[in-house]
Amino acid sequence: MDDAKTFEQFKECAVKVLGVSPDKVVMEANFAEDLEADSLDIVELVMELEDSFSIKVEESELENVNTVGAAYELVKGKLA
Amino acid sequence: MKIGWIDGKGIEAPYKVAITGIGVVSSAGIGKDAFWNGILKPESLGDKLIHDFDPAHFMNVKEARRADRYNQLGLAAAQLAMDDAGPLDVDPAMAGVWMGTGVGGLTSLESQIIVCHERGPDRVTPFLVPMMMANSNAATISMRFGFTNTCQTTATACAAGTHAIENAAREIASGRATVMLTGGAEVSTTKTAQAGFANMTASTPTGISRPFDINRDGFLMAEGAGVVVLEELNHALARNAHIYALITGVGSNADAHHITAPAPHGVGAASCMELALLDAGLSPSDIAHINAHGTSTPLNDRGEAEAIAKVFGIPSPPVTSLKGALGHTLGAAGAIEAVAVCLTFENNVIPITANTKVVDPEINIDVVINETRPLGPGAIISNSFGFGGHNGCIIFERFE
Repeated sequence: MDDAKTFEQFKECAVKVLGVSPDKVVMEANFAEDLEADSLDIVELVMELEDSFSIKVEESELENVNTVGAAYELVKGKLA
Repeated sequence: MKIGWIDGKGIEAPYKVAITGIGVVSSAGIGKDAFWNGILKPESLGDKLIHDFDPAHFMNVKEARRADRYNQLGLAAAQLAMDDAGPLDVDPAMAGVWMGTGVGGLTSLESQIIVCHERGPDRVTPFLVPMMMANSNAATISMRFGFTNTCQTTATACAAGTHAIENAAREIASGRATVMLTGGAEVSTTKTAQAGFANMTASTPTGISRPFDINRDGFLMAEGAGVVVLEELNHALARNAHIYALITGVGSNADAHHITAPAPHGVGAASCMELALLDAGLSPSDIAHINAHGTSTPLNDRGEAEAIAKVFGIPSPPVTSLKGALGHTLGAAGAIEAVAVCLTFENNVIPITANTKVVDPEINIDVVINETRPLGPGAIISNSFGFGGHNGCIIFERFE
């Protein structure tokens, strides 16, 4: 899967779960500050991403994942 | 209204309770005008689900995703009531919320139980608890409007909406709050809950709600929400608010008899109506109209009719049950009916008991069927009786 397509899929999950407009889901966006996502939102987003990409993310892996970029890298790392 | 009783003597409450805003989301219509037109129709067949409710009119995408449908309906009704009341100009610390519901977020609970069993516990939404908890609607409403006075939920099955309003009215009458947003919301029409009601033979197998009719065969499950803005009278007058009615008496008691069946001959219901009259300082002859619980079940309607006959005599004041038009919205019913009472005063018209064609000959109260009637001078009493033997009655009077 190419990078652009993967990010598009990631973005769809974020838009659906966080209720934000697609143009806000950019690499540098901070979940709390830019996307108004709290910890429960992140949990739900991870569940959506797990389903969408058929991956498994452990809770410990989410530490320090504060931005879209960091979350996307985490997902991408599991697709290899 | 009384603030309490000492040696059998009522102590008058220091403050009067005005209704200055109404909001309703029901199968008969969303908003007070559509609702009123909807309940005036003589026949009301089909399911009692709300097909034209769009949460986007009342909340953003994220709020809607986090709120069970019952909470969405309740929040929408609260917003409509607040819009109707106009600017309240109230200290948020003196404004509170008191909602009623039978079960809360049952739709979310049921769907997540299926998720848990079919896909595993790690697929259960982290929002399940805040979506299912019965106090979620009151909490959501307090957050929407920033009201920081008491915020509570009453869960007394089909009496919850009425009891919530009673409790809120007491908060104002006693001076603990200046404004209360109060009412009820319910969406318990899940597959499992419907089966539960059907298997206890409480709901109608024919799908028609016809309270007090000879052919009534159970209640028709419905969804909906009603909210009223209660306001301390002087505060309402100072801001020139429109006053729909005053709440001047409330009654609350228990049958202490059976978990689902009403006490024989409606003795608990009769006592409750008498308590409300006593609270208001009124006699039965002061009541111009009774907004009945009238669920369309054989037992409730017979017992309630006996209770009305005992308290008011025959002929009784004209009686209407809106559950012909609305079905039974359980914990929202009393609140939606409170909205209807306000509109009954507003229009000076008593709505009919929709779908009821022939009143059961064993029921000798004056049921309003076929045609509306003009509302005479006097007060209105609204009844709600819940599984568990919870009874609630509210007396409304015109503000003149």
